[in-house]
This record gives sequence, structure tokens and C-alpha cells, in this order.
Amino acid sequence: MSVETLKAVDAAPITRPEVEDFLYLEAALLDEWRLPEWLDLFTDDAIYDIPPTDIAADASSANNLFYIADDRYRLGERVKRLMKRTAHAEYPHSKTRHQISNVRILSQEAGLVEVTCNFTTYRTKDDFSNFFFGRLLHTLDISGDDIKIKAKRVVLDTNGLRNQGRISIIL
Amino acid sequence: MNPNSNDPLVMIDNERHLFKVSRSNFTDPEVFAKERERIFSTCWLYLGHESELKKPGDFVTRVVGGRSIVFNKDRQGEMRALFNSCPHRGAQVCRERKGNAKAFQCFYHGWVFGQDGALRSQPGEDSYAQGFKDDPDSNMRQVPRLESYRGLYFICYDPQAVTLEEYLGNAKEYLDLVCDQAVDGMEVIGGTQEYAMNANWKLLVENSIDGYHAVSTHATYLDYLKSMEGGLTDVGLKGVGKDLGNGHGVIEYTAPWGRPAGQWISLWGEEGKNEIDALNARNEKLYGKEKADRIAYKNRNLLIFPNLIINDIMSLTIRTFFPQSPSLLHVNAWAAGPREESEAARQFRLSNFLEFLGPGGFATPDDVEALEQCQLGYRNSQEARWNDISKGMKLDEPSMDDEAQMRAFWREWDRRLTGSEQAQGVGA
Repeated sequence: MSVETLKAVDAAPITRPEVEDFLYLEAALLDEWRLPEWLDLFTDDAIYDIPPTDIAADASSANNLFYIADDRYRLGERVKRLMKRTAHAEYPHSKTRHQISNVRILSQEAGLVEVTCNFTTYRTKDDFSNFFFGRLLHTLDISGDDIKIKAKRVVLDTNGLRNQGRISIIL
Repeated sequence: MNPNSNDPLVMIDNERHLFKVSRSNFTDPEVFAKERERIFSTCWLYLGHESELKKPGDFVTRVVGGRSIVFNKDRQGEMRALFNSCPHRGAQVCRERKGNAKAFQCFYHGWVFGQDGALRSQPGEDSYAQGFKDDPDSNMRQVPRLESYRGLYFICYDPQAVTLEEYLGNAKEYLDLVCDQAVDGMEVIGGTQEYAMNANWKLLVENSIDGYHAVSTHATYLDYLKSMEGGLTDVGLKGVGKDLGNGHGVIEYTAPWGRPAGQWISLWGEEGKNEIDALNARNEKLYGKEKADRIAYKNRNLLIFPNLIINDIMSLTIRTFFPQSPSLLHVNAWAAGPREESEAARQFRLSNFLEFLGPGGFATPDDVEALEQCQLGYRNSQEARWNDISKGMKLDEPSMDDEAQMRAFWREWDRRLTGSEQAQGVGA
């Protein structure tokens, strides 16, 4: 994606430090397994997508097989599941560290902000540690009192998940 | 090393209805080496689906049975499988995962090959003997056997192997039940799930056709379906497990979830119902009621020995996997559906897939965890030596939550590895 200039906005524009604070909060909630609180960061119509790595990063989940393509309902169910002891893949909970960098605001229009950043997420389960890395694309809704995530897409830079095995945590 | 090297790899006691598999089979490097020689070098292995190569020149590269393969369609539309090694010094010729190419060029010394792997040109041709280019050894080697069944392409590294159709044997009936869901052909849907497990590949064979583990391993998935309004019918999990011969096995059963192949759930709405009704009516007309009902309402977890799984369940998946070592496997999984399917039906299919299947689903990650825990448990295999695969052995008609279909796999595995022909007991 090319570097885009900021567009004039209707709402008061958000600054990069504000966006960074928000993304750091999101990362902290995930690392602390405060998933219900994390879920509150999303709008009611939010989506959370992780495309596979052998198709275009902006491909649609309507006609491609993704790793994850959650609407808000399924995202909520994902959180419910992960908080149960019977979510065997994440019991005991793995330890994670979500790192965010290279945060850039791509556009701001009508209360919606497109943000991209790089990420590395480390995970330890049992005696194994591995990591995920790539780019996050957030669409943030700043029209209300709180910043909300309207869309989050995780674009992995690996070829598949040969070293990670699965995506049982939230990236 | 097998710590108890005098023990059989598979121990079958038909009188006591016991079927035991040595845990060293999941850890022993010697067993692993024999598997490469006697299974992955001699069995028919799934390569890809015809729909992945649409136009002449289309290719994908894939590792199959430890070999690096180019699967491509030539100018005449013929499908080909080439060993992806330059005849000159052996470098991988094609370094892209997929694409379209009129020719393949090895970048090392610049040799150029046609879509059939034949050497077209090489820099400094004058320095080679006359006729060098006509020597078959100057070409990229073709995989000895490439055959297809209803759009599914398989390769075999053994030139003497039986035909694919003979190899598939009784499994063809089940492949037909899957392929007959489309009148305009099946297609693989874009996007591959590529993942891995720190587990022996045979654990995934068992798991993929295991009707016994669902309630315990997949409690959260079942919770999810129950909590979703209209997500389930009141149909029970019920059916049979079968040894299909040649190492193939299947479980075939009814289940409460929605099937894009013909079992409607109220979540899909009136429009979805009309579509499913029309689909079932079409199938009844084409195949008669009995077969149409079987297509619509029966789920199938099908194993084609040794490592192809076609699960025709709440969605349709093609899954193949290869060991990298005794304790690491790589999985490639695809979703498939009828070409003629509507946009809405395609979405139900993909949505159903992602809810359950794959490394980000609500079920598969728990399978991965189970298999990895088994592999960790096999550290004790010198003392705690045997896996039990006896469930349903005493029954004439084993059910879908018994283990006859796994015993089918293990018998063939044992036969190929050790040459032993152990008698089949009651109920297989």
C-alpha cells in the first residue's frame, strides 16, 4: 500500500500518538487475557479477518478460504470459547507478547480512520515458543466518545503457519 | 530406536478383540525411514485438483511425499507432474508457488525447459556433444505415474504400482458421493490453509476419521452451535465406520449441523431453504431418492491411504499432510464446492468451514493440541508402550464412534511396513 496523504476530515482528526495509545491498550488487553474487555473495543458490526498467505492480502472472505473471517457475533463466540477451560488449545493459556510498531494513519474520513502498523506476536505454550509477524490494518471508528475497531485484518508475512501450527490466540 | 524391538508394530488379538499399536511407531526414526521407502514411495499420493490449473501454462509447486513437484497444465491442456530439479546440477527450477509459464528456466546456468520438462536450450550449447538435447537425461524428470479420478490428481513414485482406480477400490463409491454433489464439476476455492503440528502424521490420520473424540475434544464447538439460534437440527450423531480395503476407511453418519450439500438449518433462512430444497430435488431427479438422501444427510470422513482426507461434513475439505520428521507434520487443506453454487451457498460453506475447521477454527486447534499432547506422551513409550484401537472390534457392525476405519489404516500400514498379513477379526 502506498503512502497516502491525510485527507480533510469532518470529525476532529486523531493524531498518531492517540492511535498508538489505543493500539498499545489493545495489545495489553490481549497479553493479559482480558479478552471480554478487548471485545468491547469493537463496534457491533466489526469484522476480524486473517487471510491465508497464498492469495492477495486484500482478498475477500466471501469467495476465499481464510484462516479466520469473524463477524462480530463469531468474534464474541471466539472470546467466550477462549475463556473456557475446554478450549483445550489455549489451556493452560499461552503467554503472549503483542508488539506494535511503524504505526501510520493512512486516511481519515467521516469519523473513520485507516491505520496500518507492523506487528510481532510472541507465544509460548508448554515448552514451545514461536512468533507471528506481519501487518495489521485497523479501521477505527472515532465518531463516538471512545475509539472503536470497525475492522481488523491481520496480514501474515509467513508462508502459511509452518512454524506456528495454529492461530489459537488472537493476533 | 524401537525400545522393544522384538515387539510387533501392531498387535492384533482377534479372540480378545484387542488391537494395539506400538507407540514407537510415532517416534522411531527407523520406522520413519521405512515409511518413506514403503509408503510414500509406493502409494498413490494426492497432488492437486484439476480446478487449480485452469489455463494452459498454469502451475503450482508442491512438496509431495518429500519430493519437490511442479504440477502444471501444458499448451495442449494435458496435466503434468515434474520433479522440480534441474537435470544439470539439481537446483529447483521453478521457485514460485504458483503462476503461469510457457517455459521454466533454471536461474543457475540458464537452462530452459518446456512445459513437458524437455530441455529447450542451454547457454553454450556448442560445448555439448551432438544429440545432448535429445538425451532424456537432459530433461526435467517426469513423475512416473500421474492419474486422476474425477478431477482429483494423484501421483505415484513407483512405476509398477497398480492403477489409481484399482488402488482407490471401494473408496470410489465415497468419492462419487462427494463429486456427484456438483453437476458442473467441483472446484477448489481460493486460499490454502497451510499449517503444522508437532505430532506424528499417523495421529492426524486417526484424528481425521475419529467419531469418538467430538464430545470431549470439541465441547466448545458444540457449545457454540447450541448457542446459535438456528445453528442445529435435532438430528443425532449416528452412523457406521467401515474398512474399505487397501487401507482406506470411512465413517458415514448423520449429524445435527447444517450441510451445504443438502441439510438445511434455520439459520440459513427461507432463501437458503429454497436453495437446499432445489438442490435435493435436482439430486433426486439425477440419482434417485436413496442416493440423493445419502448425499444430503450423511456426513463422510474419508481416508484415502495413506494421507488424503476428504471430509464431507458441515463443509467440504480436502486435506493432505506429510511428515517432516517423526514428530512434525505439515498440513495443506483446501475448501471445495460445486462450481455452480450460488454466492449465498458459497458463504454458508465457507462460514461453516471456518467455524469448525482449520488452524483458526473453533475445533481444529483443539485437535492439534490433542495430537501434540499424544506426541509428548510418547516420551514414555518405553514403559507405557501401546495405543489402543480396539473400540467396536467385537461388533459385527461398528459404529461411527468406533475404530474400525482406523484399524483399516493400521493393517495396511503394517502390511506395507513389515509384510505381515494379520487376520481381520469380526467387525474389522
